[in-house]
Amino acid sequence: MSVRSAAIRVPATKYPVERLTLSNGLRVVLSPDRTAPVVGVAVVYDVGIRSEPEGRTGFAHLFEHLMFQGSENLEKLAHFRYVQGSGGTFNGSTHFDYTDYFETLPANALERALFLEADRMRGPRLTEENLRNQVDVVKEEIRVNVLNRPYGGFPWLKLPPVMFDTFPNAHDGYGSFVDLESATVSDAAEFFERYYANGNAVLAVTGDFDVAEATRLVEAHFGDVPARKAPPRPDFAEPDLTAERRESYTDRLAPLPAVAAAWRVPDPIDDLAGYLPYVVLAEVLTDGDASRLVERLVLRDRTVTSVGGYLGFMGEPFAVRDPTALVLQAHLPPGGDVDKVMATIDEECQRLATDGLASGELARTQARMVTHQLREIDAVLGRCLQVAVLEQQRGAPELVNELPRLIAEVTEEQVVAAAAALTAQRRASVEVIPGGGNK
Amino acid sequence: MREVPALGPNRPMKLPKIVEQTLSNGLTVIAIRRPTVPLVEVRLRVPFARANLARAAVLTQTLMSGTDGMSGVEIAAELQRVGGALSAGADPDRLLVAGNSLVGGLGRLLEIMASVLTGAAYPAGEVATERGRLADRIRMALSQPAHLAREALYKRMYGRHPYAVQTPTPEQVLAVTPGAVRKLHAERIHPAGATLVIAGDITPQKAIDTAERALASWVGDGKDVELPKVPPLEPGPLTLVDRPGAVQSSLRLALPAVPRTHPDHAALQLANLVFGGYFSSRWVENIREDKGYTYGPHSTIEHAVAGSSLVAAAEVATEVTAPALLETMYELGRLATLPPSEDELEQARQYALGTLQLGMSTQAGLAGLAATYAAFGLRLDYLAEHAARLAKVTVDEVAAAAAQYMAPARLAGVVLGDAERIEPSLSALVPLTRAGSESA
Repeated sequence: MSVRSAAIRVPATKYPVERLTLSNGLRVVLSPDRTAPVVGVAVVYDVGIRSEPEGRTGFAHLFEHLMFQGSENLEKLAHFRYVQGSGGTFNGSTHFDYTDYFETLPANALERALFLEADRMRGPRLTEENLRNQVDVVKEEIRVNVLNRPYGGFPWLKLPPVMFDTFPNAHDGYGSFVDLESATVSDAAEFFERYYANGNAVLAVTGDFDVAEATRLVEAHFGDVPARKAPPRPDFAEPDLTAERRESYTDRLAPLPAVAAAWRVPDPIDDLAGYLPYVVLAEVLTDGDASRLVERLVLRDRTVTSVGGYLGFMGEPFAVRDPTALVLQAHLPPGGDVDKVMATIDEECQRLATDGLASGELARTQARMVTHQLREIDAVLGRCLQVAVLEQQRGAPELVNELPRLIAEVTEEQVVAAAAALTAQRRASVEVIPGGGNK
Repeated sequence: MREVPALGPNRPMKLPKIVEQTLSNGLTVIAIRRPTVPLVEVRLRVPFARANLARAAVLTQTLMSGTDGMSGVEIAAELQRVGGALSAGADPDRLLVAGNSLVGGLGRLLEIMASVLTGAAYPAGEVATERGRLADRIRMALSQPAHLAREALYKRMYGRHPYAVQTPTPEQVLAVTPGAVRKLHAERIHPAGATLVIAGDITPQKAIDTAERALASWVGDGKDVELPKVPPLEPGPLTLVDRPGAVQSSLRLALPAVPRTHPDHAALQLANLVFGGYFSSRWVENIREDKGYTYGPHSTIEHAVAGSSLVAAAEVATEVTAPALLETMYELGRLATLPPSEDELEQARQYALGTLQLGMSTQAGLAGLAATYAAFGLRLDYLAEHAARLAKVTVDEVAAAAAQYMAPARLAGVVLGDAERIEPSLSALVPLTRAGSESA
């Protein structure tokens, strides 16, 4: 069986994608799909962890919480009650390069959701009482996800400070309690003024609506948000590593060792063609029992109990900007040898770089990646968030339909070249030393 | 002030096209058409009550590890070729094999499913590898407060019922032999009583024909194993489980509940929402948005085949553990003794109805719902019937359900946390009992 004949036919989706820009500068993406009576609404602001000021670690996330605490025409708690009282769900999340706010609702609540998002785009109610309350809530969130559990923040909070040197890329995005407690209402007002301009935002709507009607509603609710321009986006670039970096820390709750390693990758936005082979490589290495590292490390050598690989420290390959990385992480059995695991990973990358891929290996990996992409966008919200971020970072929301083809067009030569670039001297890694009683 | 826009007219719930058929081997197949993305989801549910915990766990991890004709790696590669994957899991009620693929791969996906159902070999080497991994995963779970709290709660709730212990120990897992797994498979993995759900960009009858061709060779019959009903929840002292040095306490409070088909179910579901079942509930607005004690408190009605229960869960800062419990008891007591407002009920009702629509708007959501309902003898038309019941529930019915099921006097609960720091203040509020060592 030749590699060529093993290639699958890559199915495509044909979601319509309409783009418009309001006179105040707000960019809008509309993608209708009338097969279920639900809609997704998302507003994405082009500000994230990397834009936090020094001395204010965790501020982008804290501010995200404040955007739910009332706005021009809405008391505290009103946003939640209007969304859920319409039969919908909501959330927001803070990433390295963006912050999103979103709702999924029955289609008859579309106009209400647009109203709610427009209202807080005009301005959240920033009060001392709400700030102190949400500092407390965020501290509990950090305790749940980081401080009160083993492997908290591993590796997304632990690897960036090893790999990067500058504050924007290296600092703890959840934030220190000292910094969070130091935050003031005027910090929040300045942050809103600078980064939450409509010119710095994208609104996306997906699901069961008529485009003309939705356009009218968007104009009606967002059209009079005062125009404010996007701030210039800083250059976060850092040079690639020229010598290996390796650190370790003791996790007092962890019962078993773990390790994560990262290598810089090409610019995901400016060099998509150069970046895609790394996205595919991560899956060749770690997707399922037939992947290189699972077969070798888990099933054959039994030197790890699990291994995973992905792009970007949050594992969202098409929602991250440069500089970012391909990340591999592994959990080891009791007494496991991290050095040996790292050496085997190097060996397997070298073998891939030297011997190439097996017949059908690339095509089957790509087929599975296509399923993952299609599955993500089957949900009205998954589609909404994807088109919003693709518009914001690339001005290309139509990629939502094209990613399967682009993934399938990555060639064996490109994957081999990517594997050859995962060398030890370009690697940043962090090891978890178990400090927990083996209960 | 700007007016918040009114809602547009409600769009009626539309069920997808569904065909159900029992195959000649006794397998029930439910095929659901949702032609959005060109994928298909599959869920195979096999009754597994009273299966030995450790053997069941090893079985699920090695079901896909090889047949006479294919190695585990070959199985994984063959599935990938059609964009597919399959995985297995077990709980005290059932074994579930779940997966998906590109829609053109449905035939191959089901063929591979059939080959492991009829010919899983459980090779000794693979079984040894997987039980080692499983033991490590259990060791990791035993360091997670959420897992420890849940384990303690199940013991508190279920006493001697099989639901009381749902995770085997690492030692039990490491002692499982390939022979024991093969025996369990032979005894329990049969098409009679099992349900296969296929959902996606399919024509239902054609998908059923595909399933018939692929799975016809899976035959056999086993005994029908049923669990006794869960014992009634026994109210009593709060069980304190020590976790020295914990910076948060895990509150887990159980209350009685009723199955989906019970006449009180819709009213209890709405009462639970008003209390703590969604963000805009009294409990969340109180202990998170007012007091800042916690990040994500949540109460849920959990349905298992042998019984239903309501569980309220929150991780709260160690220093406010007792105040958080106080507010929790206050909110439960308030709802059990005073009716909610019409507005509160209406808000909860809209949420319950809307999330039914959201839950059935994806292929994976439909497949999951259909497989879950099938375990209780229900079909997706339950969604429409339940929506009609939710629409009619009155304030009085919600108040009655809260009084009957959610009164703080009926609580059975556990708190996992730093006992030295939380015991004095907790014991000022409620009687406490100390659990034995938390270690497994």
